[in-house]
Order: sequence, then structure tokens, then C-alpha cells
Amino acid sequence: MARKGDVVIDIEKCKGCEVCLAACPEEVLALSNEVNSKGYHYTVKVNANCIGCANCAVVCPDAVITVYREKK
Amino acid sequence: MSENNIISPENLVYSKTEVMTDRVLHYCPGCGHGTAHRMLAEAIDELGIQGDTIGVAPVGCSVLAYYYFNVDMQEAAHGRAPAVATGIKRVFPEKYVFTYQGDGDLAAIGTAETIHACNRGENILIVFINNGIYGMTGGQMAPTTLPGMKSSTSPRGRDVKTMGNPLKITELIAQLPGTYFVTRQSVHTPGNVRKTKRALKKAMEYQKLNKGTCFVEIVANCPSGWKMTPVQSNKWMEEHMFPFYPLGDIKVPE
Amino acid sequence: MKELRLMKGNEALAEAAIRAGADAYFGYPITPQSEVIEYLMMENPADRTGMQVLQAESEVAAINMVYGAAGCGKRAMTSSSSPGISLKMEGISYLAGAELPCLVVNVVRAGPGLGTIQPSQSDYFQAVKGGGHGDYKMIVLAPATVQESVDYVKLGFDLAFKYRTPVMILSDGIIGQMMEKVELFEQQPRLTEAPDWATVGKKPGRDSVIVTSLQLQSEEQEKVNLRLQAKYREIEKNEIMYETHQCDDAEYLMVAFGSCARISRKAMEMAREKGIKVGLFRPQTLYPYPYEALNKLADKVKGVLCVEMNAGQMVEDVRLAVNGKTRVEHFGRFGGMIPSPEEILNALEQKIIGG
Repeated sequence: MARKGDVVIDIEKCKGCEVCLAACPEEVLALSNEVNSKGYHYTVKVNANCIGCANCAVVCPDAVITVYREKK
Repeated sequence: MSENNIISPENLVYSKTEVMTDRVLHYCPGCGHGTAHRMLAEAIDELGIQGDTIGVAPVGCSVLAYYYFNVDMQEAAHGRAPAVATGIKRVFPEKYVFTYQGDGDLAAIGTAETIHACNRGENILIVFINNGIYGMTGGQMAPTTLPGMKSSTSPRGRDVKTMGNPLKITELIAQLPGTYFVTRQSVHTPGNVRKTKRALKKAMEYQKLNKGTCFVEIVANCPSGWKMTPVQSNKWMEEHMFPFYPLGDIKVPE
Repeated sequence: MKELRLMKGNEALAEAAIRAGADAYFGYPITPQSEVIEYLMMENPADRTGMQVLQAESEVAAINMVYGAAGCGKRAMTSSSSPGISLKMEGISYLAGAELPCLVVNVVRAGPGLGTIQPSQSDYFQAVKGGGHGDYKMIVLAPATVQESVDYVKLGFDLAFKYRTPVMILSDGIIGQMMEKVELFEQQPRLTEAPDWATVGKKPGRDSVIVTSLQLQSEEQEKVNLRLQAKYREIEKNEIMYETHQCDDAEYLMVAFGSCARISRKAMEMAREKGIKVGLFRPQTLYPYPYEALNKLADKVKGVLCVEMNAGQMVEDVRLAVNGKTRVEHFGRFGGMIPSPEEILNALEQKIIGG
């Protein structure tokens, strides 16, 4: 089984562009129903399937995602 | 293992580099500029040259790039970044100097400065963001706008008979003996982003060799200018921009 | 070591640039100033002092190279002649806006347009009234001799760094092309320490340095403008330079700058021989302009003749200075024509004394 990972999303800086959604191989991310103070629907985790591959963070234009992955 | 255990410093695998400031980027949602900035910043970070790097910002959407790169920077007049960078590099030959320019800045108003800096082989890195449109002024036709592509100044599509042809300036630049490394990349998928960073890192490293100009084009989206969602714009870019501006190295050191 | 030499104006100016400890020169050939870059290329100051010299692809590129080097806290300069200076105006405005020091030399030729390659003073307005866009001023030094061309290079760099502002030497084709005896000052060291506003690479513990003339918020831009204006008031208070010749007993006054002042001086001597008591007032700084000194002189004279190689530009500042106290007339030759002392004396008699 793949190592488990997790992401921390800076929702105030997120602009809801959805580029990270398309990059996630595990469909962990989705847009929130709520909006942040700028009025953007922001990215949220919708399951615990994150493998810590960092693809979402790498493509995020606004550098809002921090990625963690458990050590072996 | 619970989530809380995963989110701890020893498990950190990716966070924003300190060579980017904490300011919120002013770019539109999904715009490739932010990712391109971050890859260049990560390249500078990984090479450990933050204190020896001087950047030059253009006029265009990335006019405020100096707010985001945590390095000393100068703001150039429209199109003049390669000349400003030349001035910097000539008095500080030991520093790492880069320009960051859009298509209008680099391939229209600044064509002379671009070509001559490259032809002199100035030991600088030129990062060229090509999204085929003038973003900052509201979506006008750029020198790189595709034939038939709509913009606010080519509302019925670019008619090459009257509006001229898109300029493949990167291919042109690669012909010049002054250039050392010329490549075209993108930042729309994780794989492409990682390739772009490798290219930028190589280009910065080459600067130490004093072998000539390094030129990295990044084909990018402009969701607002193209009037698409960010995800649609990335798809459109693959289908329309890449056939005309194919990705890959154009000139590599022998 | 000081040194006496017979030199052409443009070449003496280039030698002065090396001796002033300039770090970089960026230029583009244009008559009648190409000897500046030719001299520098031949002299190869990289070997003497480390000074960098580069022939740019255009005047536009050259002034922006100056911007880049100036932004690094270095003594950078360019030179050109009128049509080329028009091209540099964009860059000069950016340098003024970003508060960068630099030296720009204009060896003026006649215009408008391509004009002629013969000497002129028709860029006075461009130099002192803006030229580029936005509310800015440039210190303008007007040499009348090859010696002053040399001395103003050193002074120009000093003023540029004192006020963080572009400085122009407004010469002309006469001064640039003629040969004269000149005393060259000793070699000055190049700058070794960078000012804190210069981009030298971000040091730990300090914010990154940003050199820019852009402020998107009007409130911030107004602050920049107010700071610039305060600086210009300081310059106006401290840096005015002028010369007077035989003004003590003068009943009439001639005002002229640069090469025209030399010719006017001869005209003054001829007038004195005829018993006409005329003096000469020569502004050495065209910005800041010696309004007050000229205003005081106007109290004592019956008329003022402004002599220029243009259609009447500085005469507007002379009128502002005189402020209606006495009559002010203009005499000019232009299009590259140089007035003779006889013509000037004749104009004085016709327009001022007999007028």
C-alpha cells in the first residue's frame, strides 16, 4: 500500500481555479461550497486517500498547498 | 496512523519556497504566472543563490513580479528588460541575473533588446512567458497570438494577411550564436512543472560558465484573456498552442 | 596626477569619465558625439580602472543599460546627440522616477527631426522643461569650454549621487568638436561600497531591494511626487551656478549659455570698445536656473538681450527672471548656423539700444 500523505490548504489564498483538482491522482480534492473572504470557493479535502505525491501543490499557481507524507 | 501525525515537520515534502514572498499574487485564478514564478524561485533556492541573484521585471501582467520574488529586483520600462539586465550583468558579472518577460514585452516592443542581448551572448537568463495575448491591458492581440485566434483587437480572429503572423521568437533566438541553452516548456501539469524547474535550474547554473544567454520559454494559459476556465484554458493550450509552439529543447549545450 | 593636454571636447569628456571613476558607459554612435565612445573603446578603460564600455544596439537600449547599472549603485553614463537624446527620454523619465543617479551627455545638433549635424542649442526646452513624461527635473550643466566639459563630468556624477537623480551635460557640436587646452583632474577611485538602495543581491536580514518607478496607488504615487519635488527645491537652493562678466557698470545685459556665451563675450568686448556699457550673464546650470541673480541684475540695466542658437527657448526663463523689470529681446541663429560677434552686437544695437 502506498504511503499515506496529507495536505494543508491556505484557504484564504486559494482562488478556486481547480487546477489542483485535475492534477490529483486520488481525487482527494474538491471545491468547497463556502467562499473565502475574497469570495472564492476554495479547495478542500473530501477523503483520506492522499498519498502525498505533491502534484496538487506543484501545479498550484498560488502556492497555497503544503504537503506531508509519512516516513517509511 | 492519524492525520495529525502525518502533518508534522519531519513529514514535510512540499511547501512554498522562501525565495517567494508571502504576498498574495495578483494574478487571475489559474494563471500560469504564479507557477512559473515559483519554479524559478525554487531553482534559485535549490542552487543557494538567493543572495547573488538580481532580477528584472517587465511591463505586462508580471510588472509586479518584484513583490513576489524574494530577491533584489529592478523594474524595467516596457520591452527594455534585456538592456537593463545587460547593464546589471556588465557591472556585476559574478551575479546571477534574470529577466522575466511576457510575449508583448519580449517579442513586440522589446524585440530589438531581446535579439541583441541574446546575440551578444549576455550571460543572463531570459524567462519568456508566452500566453499569446496581452493580459494586463485586457486581452489584446500579441505578437504570438495564433492565426484565427480571437482577442479584443482581433475580434474576428487574427487575420495574418492584415495583422501579420505570430512570431516564433524562440526558434529565432536559437539561431543566434550568442545563445547557449534555449528551451520551451509549460507549467500546466505536474510533470511539465517539474521539467520547467529543471530547465530553469540548468539555465541558472549555466550562467556560471559564461557561455552565453539562456532562454526559457514557458507556454502559458491566460484564462481571463482567452475567456475560459483555468482547466479549459489548459486543455485549449494543449490542443492549439502546443502544435504551433511545440514543447522541448530547441538548443542544448554540446 | 593633474595633467595639461590639448584635446577635442568629446575626447576630453570621455577621458574625464574614466578619471571620474565611472563604472560603465553605454552608448550608440551619432554625429557630432561619436568620439566619446570611440575614445573609450580605444582607451579600453577596463584595463585602466575596470570601467565597462559597451556599444548598444540603440540609444533606447543604452539608456536602459545605464538604468540597470545605476540600479546597482554604480556610476553609469551615456552620451548622444539630439535625435538620440529624444530616444533616451523614456529611459531618463524612468531613471528620474526610480531615483537613480546617472550622467547623460547631449552634444546638441540642430533639429527638429534629423535636422543637421551642425551645432545648436535647440534642445534647451527638452533638457530643462521635462522632455520625457511626468513631473520630473534633471540637473542640467552647460559647459562653454572643453575644460568645463571635463569638470562637469566629475561634478555631474557627484550631483547625481548626492540627489539620486539624472544629470545632463548640455553641450553642443562646437564644444564637442573643438580642441582646447585642458587640465585633466587626477584619477578618482571607482565606487567600492554600494548604497543601500542598490540591487546588489539580497542579504539575510534585510528586505529585498526594489528599483521601480511604479506605484499603482495614487496616494503612494503622490508621495513619490512630493518627495521628488522636495528634492528639486533642495537642488534649486544649493546648486545654482552662473558667471557674470563686466556687469558692475553695465547699462545693458546679454544672457547666453554654452558656446553662445563665448561668442557673446567677444560681442561684449566689441561693444565696450564702442563705449557701450554691456555685461554678460552666463548660467552654468540651466536647471536649477539662476532666476534670482538675473532678477537682481535686471534692476540696473535698460535692456536684456538673450542670445541663443535656437528660435528662442532660454529667453522664456530670462523673461521669468526679469519679471517685467526691463525689456527682454531674443537674438538667435538656428538650423546649425552660428552667430558671429558682429551679428550679436548689431542685434544689441538694433533690438535693445535703438529699440
